[in-house]
Amino acid sequence: MKILVCMSVVPDTTTKITFVENNTKFNTQGVQFIINPYDEVSITRALELTEKHGGTVTLVHVGSAENDAVIRKGLAIGANDAYRINAEAIDGQFVAEQIAAFAKDKGFDIIFTGRESIDYNGGQVCGLLGELLGLPSVNVATSIDVEGNIATLTRDIDGGTEKLTCSLPLVVSAQKDLCEPRIPNMRGIMSARTKPLNVVEPISVESFGDYQSFESPKPKASVKLIDPEHPEELINLLRNEAKVI
Amino acid sequence: MAANANTIDFEKIKEQNQGKDRFQPHDFYNVDTLFTEEHLMIRDAVRSWIKKEVSPIIEASAQSAVFPHHIIKGLAEVGAFGPQLPSEYGCGGMDYITYGIIMQELERCDSGIRSTASVQGSLVMYPIFKFGSEEQKKKYLPKLAQGVLMGCFGLTEPDHGSNPGGMVTHIKDMGDYYLLNGAKMWISNAPFADIAVVWAKDEEGIIRGLIVERGMEGFSTPETHGKWSLRTSATGELIFSNVKVPKENILPNVKGLRGPLTCLDSARYGISWGVIGAAMDCYDSALRYSQERKQFNKPIAGFQLQQKKLAEMITEITKAQLLAWRLGTLMNEGKATSAQISMAKRNNVEMALNIAREARQVHGAMGITGDYPIMRHMMNLESVITYEGTHDVHLLILGKEITGENAFI
Repeated sequence: MKILVCMSVVPDTTTKITFVENNTKFNTQGVQFIINPYDEVSITRALELTEKHGGTVTLVHVGSAENDAVIRKGLAIGANDAYRINAEAIDGQFVAEQIAAFAKDKGFDIIFTGRESIDYNGGQVCGLLGELLGLPSVNVATSIDVEGNIATLTRDIDGGTEKLTCSLPLVVSAQKDLCEPRIPNMRGIMSARTKPLNVVEPISVESFGDYQSFESPKPKASVKLIDPEHPEELINLLRNEAKVI
Repeated sequence: MAANANTIDFEKIKEQNQGKDRFQPHDFYNVDTLFTEEHLMIRDAVRSWIKKEVSPIIEASAQSAVFPHHIIKGLAEVGAFGPQLPSEYGCGGMDYITYGIIMQELERCDSGIRSTASVQGSLVMYPIFKFGSEEQKKKYLPKLAQGVLMGCFGLTEPDHGSNPGGMVTHIKDMGDYYLLNGAKMWISNAPFADIAVVWAKDEEGIIRGLIVERGMEGFSTPETHGKWSLRTSATGELIFSNVKVPKENILPNVKGLRGPLTCLDSARYGISWGVIGAAMDCYDSALRYSQERKQFNKPIAGFQLQQKKLAEMITEITKAQLLAWRLGTLMNEGKATSAQISMAKRNNVEMALNIAREARQVHGAMGITGDYPIMRHMMNLESVITYEGTHDVHLLILGKEITGENAFI
């Protein structure tokens, strides 16, 4: 079984987010980058599947050489090899087009993405990849198992769980419950030194849009306690400060 | 009376406390840029493993004084046992900075856990690697690296602590075997160790190293109870009563006090890194507490006396980080001297203990509870400042180095 895992590199979850260039660009100064947590889950589940059925796990990432250290961590977790498409990841469309061009003639049985990257939260790559490759895609899967040529998946839906089957090859995006992400061990880190991290040049992709600006959410207001003897004060605050009535 | 290991459901406690370790690293001088990509990957892996597997159970382990045996396999997998020793013997094949970084992450959680790894890596695996025969290396090192075998180190005796050369434990050549008699005290890992690297005098009074295996007749390891420090690690005695040790178990390549002292250099180096972890955990907790705790209508972090404590803490941590890093580069080059190691061990342990005490003040009454790691670190560090050469002994090592005069006797 050949599995491809699409990997984003995102700011650490504790990063204080600020913007530069007139609020059009994320400020990467002093930021620690990590594997997108949903992709970490995908890598682990891909490894579990190949450990059970045999096969290989390949990583693909769209980004610059600065991200090689984070890609190596993916190799340390256990992936066999990695490809970096040497371009800045502009948006979901751009990334999906690049990965589709890379993957189209390589015969992957399963292509994993995360349900979204935790930086821009687009959540588009899974569906776009399925469309571009002409493959079925299952979004936000909470489990995946494979028997022969058939994958059995579950998804959370409103008020319940959906169970479905799908023939391979397919594209699937991972919800965090897919499995417990693995922490690389010393042996994995040592072997990551010698695993191939290949660089491929990007294809030309027409851009459909551009970021205009970002803004940070307003800081959370502190709780105001209102004396139950003075309900008029509450009404005043709801009407004039929160402006909800 | 310590709780029985069987009465503590570590698995359940781990689930209950998952995600409660809020530690954030601090790197005021961008020391991370001095490390390689691999160093940082190992550091992050050990940190993640600690947060997931050990932090959630460490308070229960300390409060009940039960060593969490189930983490040994994980410790081995993250590379905590002999990461600096060659991969041809199943060890990490990494450098001394890697070893230091791992010790720092372990002790960030608890000095007892770091002690278990220090003893295994520096005091059991290292002497077998450095002074053992090829057969001994092949027989023991891969299993010790995997945590399949655990070891302890017998040097200190009831009447010989800072003066190990005065030891009375001895061996007698009986032709086919050595007959070992004597006793060792304050031995980390002793109660569960499968093997012990023991230092004893031969009939000529020369100190020799031996590998003693659990199960040899006359060898027992009673546990030391009632400790107020290092409660997460098991400590005990080694008692040898006419133990017949096969001749192939002697370490062939060292004679004299140089043997154990060389091992102590390696362990002391690890401590100089480890305690930075304990200090960072105390500082991190104190900083967060000071920002969240309000008195007189503002966070106590806004008061000058608290800021003085916190600013001095991060200054001392930063100095200790640079000292440890420089010592690590010297270790990698094979140029670090015993006196240089003494300076780092002594300075950094005192730094950590002072920070633990100051952090306790910042936390107010909360600092004495098990809800925060402060008191546990503080009590642990009282052992760390005493073992592997007391604070005063390291001063004498330094004094001798710089003056040329021996003030030990």
